[in-house]
Amino acid sequence: MNIHEYQGKELLRKYGVSVPNGKVAYTIKEAVDAAKELGTGINVVKAQIHAGGRGKAGGVKVAKNLDEVRTYAEEILGKTLVTHQTGPEGKEVKRLLVEEGCDIKQEYYVGLVLDRATSRVVMMASEEGGTEIEEVAEKTPEKIFKEVIDPIVGLSPYQARRLAFNINIPKELVNKAVKFMMGLYTVFVEKDCSIAEINPLVTTGDGNVMALDAKLNFDSNALFRNKDILELRDLDEEDTKEIEASKYDLSYISLDGNIGCMVNGAGLAMSTMDIIKYYGGDPANFLDVGGGATADKVTEAFKIILSDQNVKGIFVNIFGGIMKCDVIAEGVIEATKQVGLELPLVVRLEGTNVDLGKKLLNESGLNITAAESMADGAEKIVSLVK
Amino acid sequence: MSVYVNKDTKVIVQGITGSTALFHTKQMLEYGTKIVGGVTPGKGGTEVEGVPVFNTVEDAVKETGATASVIYVPAPFAADAILEAVDAELDLAICITEHIPVLDMVKVKRYMEGKKTRLVGPNCPGVITPDECKIGIMPGYIHTKGHVGVVSRSGTLTYEAVHQLSQAGIGQSTAVGIGGDPVNGTDFIDVLKAFNEDEDTYAVIMIGEIGGTAEEEAAEWVKANMTKPVVGFIGGQTAPPGKRMGHAGAIISGGKGTAEEKIKTMNACGIKVAETPSVMGETLISVLKEENLLDRCTTANK
Repeated sequence: MNIHEYQGKELLRKYGVSVPNGKVAYTIKEAVDAAKELGTGINVVKAQIHAGGRGKAGGVKVAKNLDEVRTYAEEILGKTLVTHQTGPEGKEVKRLLVEEGCDIKQEYYVGLVLDRATSRVVMMASEEGGTEIEEVAEKTPEKIFKEVIDPIVGLSPYQARRLAFNINIPKELVNKAVKFMMGLYTVFVEKDCSIAEINPLVTTGDGNVMALDAKLNFDSNALFRNKDILELRDLDEEDTKEIEASKYDLSYISLDGNIGCMVNGAGLAMSTMDIIKYYGGDPANFLDVGGGATADKVTEAFKIILSDQNVKGIFVNIFGGIMKCDVIAEGVIEATKQVGLELPLVVRLEGTNVDLGKKLLNESGLNITAAESMADGAEKIVSLVK
Repeated sequence: MSVYVNKDTKVIVQGITGSTALFHTKQMLEYGTKIVGGVTPGKGGTEVEGVPVFNTVEDAVKETGATASVIYVPAPFAADAILEAVDAELDLAICITEHIPVLDMVKVKRYMEGKKTRLVGPNCPGVITPDECKIGIMPGYIHTKGHVGVVSRSGTLTYEAVHQLSQAGIGQSTAVGIGGDPVNGTDFIDVLKAFNEDEDTYAVIMIGEIGGTAEEEAAEWVKANMTKPVVGFIGGQTAPPGKRMGHAGAIISGGKGTAEEKIKTMNACGIKVAETPSVMGETLISVLKEENLLDRCTTANK
């Protein structure tokens, strides 16, 4: 799960990680009031959307006085920002962060991420702050320093110190940088982050080390024990069909095509998309109904697929293991009863309780095209939607 | 011979009284798996499906002599269940549970260092040696006994591959689902090593998906060490970057973990990669023909 920059900074502040003073604003008036309250001469007005690259897209402006705060707030609020992470349709800005300007001496990068190769959390740091870390990794990998963290002892101060010295933080500020990194790690483990990226981390003219930006992502599997994080979810930033699917614990991702897919298992769901493309079609979604789905959940899943206006046909591809084929059949039948079905439907069933599932579908009187294999099903649905 | 499990493996089921666990306990018993006990705290002394239930793994092991465990415990408590299995010094713990917080698994893996237990999973379908022992959630009837090893990050794609093999008359030695999470117990290389040493395995299908670099590392290992032919498949060739495709580990991030990169490395390491999931079986058969192994691997009438 993603949160906004201002939410991330509020969280960091609670853990003693230094961030500039700032306030969130939903309206132009709130933005100006926020600037007045901050009482600093120079403010930064920042668009709050769940995507990077805001600065380049015109979503971050430095205001020298209150009039400029108003001008920039007017300009950015309601604007659709298109960045390399939003997709071509962009994202509308509904919230601003108004923040005190600070006297930046130097920009750095600090990030925490799970390293799959070592199965440990790794802290990465670089003196190439402000640019994307992937770019630094590609062009000047020697400028990225890493500390692998033992989960039993956590990040040790010596590791943070080593990073700080390696990225050439001025020695009088090293202790502050260490405190910053230790705090960041504490947030990461206590709140089950999947990514915590501070880019840039800055040193300031008045001798501070602070986070000028904050990108925090959270492990959605751990939200059950982080209710406070769950409250930060901004539904405006998510696809409506994906929100609906998440209510039923369905793993659904919207895509641009016209063939709706309902599959069990992530690997098979991905491969179903692949094989539809292989036969010249275009999938409308990724949908893994999961292992423990009930007929009710399958019904909801089917309804979500049908709510996509682009969908011209549906391919149900099930290889039951934990999932039972009869449950899938019941769900499909119930959904079509509830919402009707005028689109072509191709069903391929295999695995646990397959005979029962096929029998239910045969006796349902629904207009279903049966498929013998996933290739057969993919070919059939592609030709049916053409 | 086979890998990890065989007809003599004695298994306990952790979380046996849950509905999913009960369903699959019944299926495993029907398949002939030696399920000798179950564990549900507070239900010790009772019996389900004719299997005695214990309060702790330690008790279950003491009473039954089990050497393997399968875990169906819900995600918030699953890491603890794995630790309990490790503490009881089981040879093998297979964790079916999905949605375990990744930082829980980071701690579990750290705790397991130097310990005796092999963990398979989490978020996996389990391990099966056809006609001998089925531990997990895979549908038993699609498997046939034979000489092809299957290792996969995806449950349903494993079934797909196994089904294609069985339909073509090619049996399997063992099928191992290593699971779709970014931090798991047994990885591709562990299983490939085991297949390489198993005299009953003549060839291997390795099924990966987007995210991470485990397939690339495994491919390099195959090139350097494997004496048996390996074919592969990668799911998610059309997946958009930055989106988590169901499995916690299936995500292309920072341009890393793409199917293209994996397929390229696998090809370069001598692993023939099936173009679509429907031809995993065919791809293996073509390689078996080249290696003159088809007759030895054909174990049943088509």
